[in-house]
Amino acid sequence: MLKDKETSPIKLTREGELTIVEFTVRKLLEENEIAEMGQQLTSYVETQLKPKIIISFAGVDHLSSSALGTLITVNYKVRERDGQLRLCSINPQIYEVFLITKLNKLFRIFPTMKEAKESLEKPSQ
Amino acid sequence: MKHSHSHRHPAAKSSAADTSPKLWCSCDIESDIRRARDVEEAILSLCEMHAYTERDLFALKLAVEEAIHNAVRHGNRSDSSKQIHIKYRVTPRRCDVVIADEGPGFNPASVPDPTSDQNLEQTSGRGLLLMRAFMNNVVFNEAGNTITLTKFNDSVRRQNRNQVAFG
Repeated sequence: MLKDKETSPIKLTREGELTIVEFTVRKLLEENEIAEMGQQLTSYVETQLKPKIIISFAGVDHLSSSALGTLITVNYKVRERDGQLRLCSINPQIYEVFLITKLNKLFRIFPTMKEAKESLEKPSQ
Repeated sequence: MKHSHSHRHPAAKSSAADTSPKLWCSCDIESDIRRARDVEEAILSLCEMHAYTERDLFALKLAVEEAIHNAVRHGNRSDSSKQIHIKYRVTPRRCDVVIADEGPGFNPASVPDPTSDQNLEQTSGRGLLLMRAFMNNVVFNEAGNTITLTKFNDSVRRQNRNQVAFG
C-alpha cells in the first residue's frame, strides 16, 4: 500500500510497474471522499513517468456524477504523463451510467482485472 | 390519475389510496447532502416495502443524490442559511420526489449536452442527463428551482404486462 488516509475511499497497490487502485467504500458519493480520491490519484500520477494504472470497481455499487468528473481529471493527468489508465470490474448498473454518459468512449473499460492487465502494453525490451 | 384494480400484486391492495394527498411526506433540511440521507433512506425503504426492483432502487438513489447535490451546490450555493424542501410520496405503483431549493432557479434547456464530443471531458454537467435516463419522468417548475422525479415500480409494471399477455 503506497498511501492511505482515513478519509480516502481508495487503496493503491503496486504490482511491478502497474498500480492497482481499489475502493474501500461501496458508495462513491461523499464529496470529501471524492475530493480526497482525486487529490491522492492526481498527486500520485504526477510523480510517475508513463504510469500504468488500473482502477477496479469491484464492490462499488453506487457512484455520483462528481465521482465521474474526478475520474475524467485523473484520466487527463495520466494521458499528460504519457501513461495508460484502465477501468475494470464495473457492475452492470454502474456500467449503464458509463454508457448513458458515453464515458465508455473516453475510458478503456474491461470486464475483469485479468483482461485490464492483458490490455496494457508489455514493457519494452 | 385513473386506477386499475386488475393487477394482483400483493402490495396493490392499497392502490386505491395512490392519489391520496395524505401519502405525501415533507421535510425541510439544511443545505447539506448528508442531512438529506435520512430522507433518502426513508424513501428507499418505502420502495423496498412495496417490492420495487433492485434497478428501481439504484435509479432512485442515483437521481435523488444528484438532485439534492444540485439543489445544495447550484441552487443554494452551499449557503447554510438556506434550506432544501423535500416532499415525497411512495405508492405500490410509483414514487414521486419533489426537491425545491431557495435559489433563483435555472433554465434546464441551457445545460449543454455532456455526451457531445466537445463536452465529453468536462468534469461536471452530467447529473441532469443521469436523472432523465434513470427516472420515468423529470419535471422542473417554471422558475427552475424545484424538480419532480417520478419512478414507476417496475415489478408491478412487469406483472401487469404479463397479465395482459397471459390473462
